Amino acid sequence: MKTDNQKAWFLVLPVLILVAFSAVIPLMTVVNYSVQDTFGNNQFFWAGLAWFEDMLQSERMWNALGRQIVFSGIILAIEVPLGIFVALNMPKKGFWASFCLVLISLPLLIPWNVVGTIWQIFGRVDIGLLGYTLDALGIDYNYTQGFYAAWATVIAMDVWHWTSLVALLAYAGLQSIPDAYYQAAKIDQASRWAVFRYIELPKMRGVLTIAILLRFMDSFKIYTEPFVLTGGGPGNATTFLSIDLVKMALGQFDLGPAAAFSLMYFLVIMVISYVFYIVMTNLDKEEGGK
Amino acid sequence: MAKITLDTLAHSYVDDPKSPADFALQELNHDWADGEAYALLGPSGCGKSTLLNIISGLLVPSHGRVLFDGEDVTHLPTADRNIAQVFQFPVVYDTMTVRQNLAFPLRNRGLPASEIDARVDRVGRMIDMEDVLDRRASGLTADAKQKISLGRGMVRDDVNALLFDEPLTVIDPHMKWELRTQLKKLHHDFGHTMIYVTHDQTEALTFADKVVVMHDGRVVQIGTPDELFERPAHTFVGYFIGSPGMNLFDAEIDGRKARIAGTQFDLGTCYGLKGGKTRIGVRPEYIRLGDHGLPARVTRVEDVGRHKIVRLDLGGQQVAAIMAEGQSVPSGGTHVQFVEGGVNIYEDEWRVPPEGGDAPLAAKKEAA
Repeated sequence: MKTDNQKAWFLVLPVLILVAFSAVIPLMTVVNYSVQDTFGNNQFFWAGLAWFEDMLQSERMWNALGRQIVFSGIILAIEVPLGIFVALNMPKKGFWASFCLVLISLPLLIPWNVVGTIWQIFGRVDIGLLGYTLDALGIDYNYTQGFYAAWATVIAMDVWHWTSLVALLAYAGLQSIPDAYYQAAKIDQASRWAVFRYIELPKMRGVLTIAILLRFMDSFKIYTEPFVLTGGGPGNATTFLSIDLVKMALGQFDLGPAAAFSLMYFLVIMVISYVFYIVMTNLDKEEGGK
Repeated sequence: MAKITLDTLAHSYVDDPKSPADFALQELNHDWADGEAYALLGPSGCGKSTLLNIISGLLVPSHGRVLFDGEDVTHLPTADRNIAQVFQFPVVYDTMTVRQNLAFPLRNRGLPASEIDARVDRVGRMIDMEDVLDRRASGLTADAKQKISLGRGMVRDDVNALLFDEPLTVIDPHMKWELRTQLKKLHHDFGHTMIYVTHDQTEALTFADKVVVMHDGRVVQIGTPDELFERPAHTFVGYFIGSPGMNLFDAEIDGRKARIAGTQFDLGTCYGLKGGKTRIGVRPEYIRLGDHGLPARVTRVEDVGRHKIVRLDLGGQQVAAIMAEGQSVPSGGTHVQFVEGGVNIYEDEWRVPPEGGDAPLAAKKEAA
C-alpha cells in the first residue's frame, strides 16, 4: 500500500475552513478596515498607519485603557483572595460539599445580560433591595449618577458573578493535596498560616495561574454587564475598552479608527497573557530545583 | 524517647460497635520498650495503619488508652505527643530548600537560630545529604525526599518515637536496601524507639528487633524474626511469613501419635490439647523427601535459582518442600518426612506448645 500520498490534507480541510470562517477571515476584515478610510457607498481609500497613529495619540483610548487596567486590577485583587478563602472554608466531602459546589456554581450559569439586569434592579433606590436599603440607611447611593456608586456596583457585580470560578478552581487544587501533607504539618507543629503558605498555596499554584489568566482575559474584555447596568456612565466613568470600541464602531461608524483600536486591544491582551504565562511557568521550572 | 503502653486499646469506626466484626482494631495490651525497633506486619486492611495513627495521635481510639512513659496521651493532639512520622508518599515542603525543610519543625517550636543551624547540619550529615542542603526539595528523587521526611523527625532530639507508615513503597528496589540499611544504622547509633508499618515480610524481618504480626484487626504474635519463623503462634503467621509459607496438615492427634491422611507417626512429645480442630504446621525448609514417611506424589518443581521448590500432593493436601539446588528430585511417588523440631501443633489456629515447654531456639537450629 502506498503511504506517501497527500490525502491526509483533505481530512484537515474541514477544520481549516471552519477556523478560516470563524476567526481568520473576520480578523482580516478588521485588519482591512484598519488601514483604509471610507466615506460610505462602500468606497475605500488607503490610509496606511494613520488610524493607528491617531489612536495612539487619542486621549479617549488611553483613558479607557486606564479604567480598564484599574478595573481588572481591582477585581483580581478581590476575586482571587476571596475565591481562595471560600475554597478553604468549603466542606471537603459529604452532602454539604456537593451542596456548596452547586450553590456557588449558580452565578456562573446566569447569562451576562441577565446579571446586568439583576444588578440594575437590585441597585435601584426606588424598588431594588440593595439601593433601597442603602438609601434607608442614609447612604447617598445612586449608580446612575455617582462615580463611586457606579464603580462599586460594577465591581460588586463582577465579584458576585465570577468569584465562584476562582473558588471552584482553588477547591479542585485543594482536593488534590494528599492527607499525609496535613498530617506531617501537624507533626511539625506548623501553624494554620504555615500550612497555607507552605502546603496549600504551592499546591494551588497551577490552578491559580489558570484562574488569574481566565479572570484577567475575561475582565479585560468586559462589555455586557456594565453596558446593561450603567451604559458606560455616569459620563465616561465606567466606559471600559470594549464599550468605547462599540460606541466608536457602531455608534459613530468610525470603522477605521475602531479597527485599529481593536487590533491594539487584541495585542495588549495577548501580550499581557503571554508574559504572565511565561513568568508563571518559568517560576515552576525554578522551583523544580534545576 | 519513651516507652509506649497500649492499655485495653481497641478501635471501631462504627459509632456503637456490638460484635467483634465492628472493630477495626481488637482489644490490645502491649508495651513498646524504649529504644527498640518494631515492625508492624500484616496484609492490607489488617488494622496496622489504624494502630499507627492511634499512636501518633492522628486518630483517637474509641476504647482504651495510650500512654507515653506512663502518662496518658490518648486525647493529646499529634503536635503535643512529640513524635515523628514518615508517610508512604514522601512529604516535603516544595517551595523550601532541603535546609529549610529540616529546620521547619524547629522554627515552628521557636528554637534559637544558632541551635537550629547546628542541628540541621548534624541531621544533614546523618541522612547523608549535606551537599544538597541548599537545593530546592521539590526537584529531588523520591528516596531523597523520604530521607528529608525522616530528617524532619530526627532534628528533634527529644522525639518520643519515630513512626514509619510503609515508607519504602514508592522507592526504587535498589534504593530500598540502602535506605533500610541506613535506617537500621540510625537506630543502632541513636537508639530512637521506632515503629515501622509494612506488608513486606523482608522489610519487617530485616528492620526490626521485634515484629508485631497483625491479622484481622488483631495482634497474633509479637516476636523476634527467629521466633516468627520457627514457632509461629498462629497459623496465619505460619503461612504469611516465609516463602512459600508454612505447610498446614489436617491431623488427628492422640497423645504422642499423629495421623495425617491415614498414616500414623510419632510426634516425640505429648501436647495438652482440648479437643479443638488440630493441624500440624511444618515449614517447607523442614520437609525431607525419601524412602519412608508419609506417601506423597511430586506434582511440580519450581526452580527459583538459589533452591528448588517442590510441590507435592499428600493424600489430597498440597505440600511445598524446599530442596537444595544439587539434590535430585524424585519423580512421581515418594515419601515425606519432617525434620525433628520443625513441627508445630495448632489447635483452632493457635499454636500449642509441647508438654514440658519449648526447647531453646538455638538448640533447635542445630538439630535442623
